[in-house]
Amino acid sequence: MSQVQEAGRPLSPTAGRGRISAYLRAYPLQIGIVFVAIFIWLLFLIGSPRTFLTGNMYVAFMSTTPYFALIAIPLTLVVITGEIDLSFPSVMAFGMTAFDLVFTATQSVWLGFIACILAGIVAGLINGVIVTKIGIPSLVATIGTQFFWRGAVMVLTNGQGMGMTDVQSTFLLPLFVGKIGGLIPMQFIWTIIVAGIVWFFLNRHRFGAHVYLTGDNIDSARLMGVNVDRTKIISFAVVGAAAAFAGFVVSEDVLFFWPTLGDGYLLNTLASVFLGGTSVFGGTGTIFGTFVGCFIIGAIQGGIVAAGLTGYWTYVIYGLIIVASVALQTVVGRRLR
Amino acid sequence: MDYFLQMKNVSKTFGEVAALHHVNLEVGSNEIVGLLGDNGAGKSTLVKIITGYHQPDPGGEMFLKGKKIDHLTVARARDLGIEVVYQERALADKQSLWRNIFMGRELSDGMGRLDLKTMREETRKLMHTLMGFTSSAITPESMVKTFSGGERQGVAITRALYFKAEMIILDEPTMGLSLSETKKCLDFVEGVKAAGKAAIFIDHNIFHVYPVADRIIVLDRGTVAGQFMKNELTLQELIDRLQHVAQTGHLDTKTKRRPAARKVTATHGRRKG
Repeated sequence: MSQVQEAGRPLSPTAGRGRISAYLRAYPLQIGIVFVAIFIWLLFLIGSPRTFLTGNMYVAFMSTTPYFALIAIPLTLVVITGEIDLSFPSVMAFGMTAFDLVFTATQSVWLGFIACILAGIVAGLINGVIVTKIGIPSLVATIGTQFFWRGAVMVLTNGQGMGMTDVQSTFLLPLFVGKIGGLIPMQFIWTIIVAGIVWFFLNRHRFGAHVYLTGDNIDSARLMGVNVDRTKIISFAVVGAAAAFAGFVVSEDVLFFWPTLGDGYLLNTLASVFLGGTSVFGGTGTIFGTFVGCFIIGAIQGGIVAAGLTGYWTYVIYGLIIVASVALQTVVGRRLR
Repeated sequence: MDYFLQMKNVSKTFGEVAALHHVNLEVGSNEIVGLLGDNGAGKSTLVKIITGYHQPDPGGEMFLKGKKIDHLTVARARDLGIEVVYQERALADKQSLWRNIFMGRELSDGMGRLDLKTMREETRKLMHTLMGFTSSAITPESMVKTFSGGERQGVAITRALYFKAEMIILDEPTMGLSLSETKKCLDFVEGVKAAGKAAIFIDHNIFHVYPVADRIIVLDRGTVAGQFMKNELTLQELIDRLQHVAQTGHLDTKTKRRPAARKVTATHGRRKG
C-alpha cells in the first residue's frame, strides 16, 4: 500500500478479486519494468548460460552500472518536474576539476572531495536559475551549460588528467569503491543508499509532493502556493551534486581523472530514466523504475558481448528495448486509465 | 459594517496593458459579492491580486480585517483565510485525490515529512461528507484525471472549505457544469453565507449570480463601472443596465456616479440593508 501514489495510478476498490490484481493496478509501471528486466535476463541466460550462471558477471554489473545510476536516480526528480538536464556529463568532470585544483593547492583529499561536491551543486544551481528565473527551456539551457562546463574543465586543467593514487591512502577509497568481502562493490551499496534517500524525499516529504505537482500542472501548483521555482532549482542542484559524486567515484575506481570524464554517459543515463517509466511530460515517475532501468541498460551493455555478439550490436538492441518497453508502458498505461 | 477585505485605489498594469485602473472595492465579513464583467474586464486579475499571486502597482492599498497588508503572497493569503476555487479548478490531473486536496499545504512534521495516514483518512472523510461522492470507484488514491466536471469542482470547493476559509472566491465556478451540478454549486454559495463567511462570486451568467449575491459589482475594462445592492433592482433592470455598461462603459445607478468613469470608480455607494 505504501507506494500506491508513486505510480500515479488509481487503486481499484474492486480489489476483492485478489491482492494480485490490486497490485497490478497500483504499480503497473513498476511491475512492467520488472518483467522487462526478467525477460532480458532470460534472453541472456539462454544466449550465454556459462557467463550468466556465474557470479563474475553480476559483480561487473554492480561495479559499472552505479557510474550512471548514481546520476539517473536524482535525474528522475528533474524529469518529473517536467525539465531535463543534459549538462551532467560535463559536471562530472567539472567536479573533478575542482578536486584537482583544491587537492593540488592543499594536498588534502577530503577538502578536494568537498570542493568537488560543492562545484557540482553550484553547476546545478546555475542550471536551475537559468531555467526558472530567466525562463530558458532546460533542453536549451543545459546544452549550453554542458559545453560551458566542459570548456571550463579543459581550460582549467589544460587538458591534462590527474593520477588519483593519493586517494588510495585515505578512507575515501574503501568507502566509495571498496569491495565488501572482496565481492560486492561499495558503489553498488551507495547506489542503493542514494536511491533510498531520493525515494524518501520524493514520496514521503513535502519536497517530493511539490516535485510531482510542479511537473503535473505548473500553473495549478503556483496558484496553490507551491514554490515551483525553488522546487526546480533544488532538483537541478541535487543532480549537480550527484554528477560530481559519480565523477569522483568513477575517477577513484580507475585511479585517474580524465578531463573527458562523463563522455558517453549522457544517453545511458537518460535512457535509464525513461525506460524506468518516468514521463518526459512530467508529473509521473518512480525511483524504483529508474533503478531497475539502470540495471537493464547496464546488463545490455555487458550482456551483449558476453552473449557472443559483437559490440556493434549493442546499440541495435538498446534501441529495440528502449522503444519497445516505452511503447509497452504507454499502451498498458492507457488501458489501465 | 465589518469588512473582511478593502481595496483602495488598486491598479495593475502588465507592460503596456492596464488590466485594472484605480479599483476600490470592499467585501463585508458575511457578505456575498457578485462580480460581473465581460471577458477582459479584469476579474481574474483582481482575484489574483487578492490571493497574492500578482502584486498590485505601487499606490494601491489592501486591508484584510482592517489591517493593512503589504507584499501579500499566495501562502500568506491562505493563512489569512482567503481561499479560491479557480476557473480552471487548479488541479493536478495525474496525482491522486488526496494529493490534490492537500496541494501546497501538505500535512507534515517540522522536518517536512508527510503525514500520509492523516491526509488519506481526511480525504476519505471529506469524500463522503463535503464532496458527496457516492461512487465506490473513487478512493483517495484515484487519479483526478478520471473525474467528471462536477466531481472536479467538488474537489476544488472541498479543498477551499476544508482549510477554514473566511472568504471564498469562486472564479466562474459554474462553467462546464451540468444543471444539477450548478445547483449544487449555488447551494454551496448559500451555505457560505449561512456559515457567516464571505464570498466573491464571479460569473458570466447573471442568472447564477443574482439569486445568491447580496451586492453586485460590475467591472468593465478594468474599472468598477458601478455597484448596487441586490434589493435595489430586479433581475430585468440588472440586465438592462449591463447592456448599458457594455455600450458606454459605466452604469447608471442611483448612487453617485462621476463623469470620468474610465478613471474614477464609483464606490461607497452602497447602503445599509
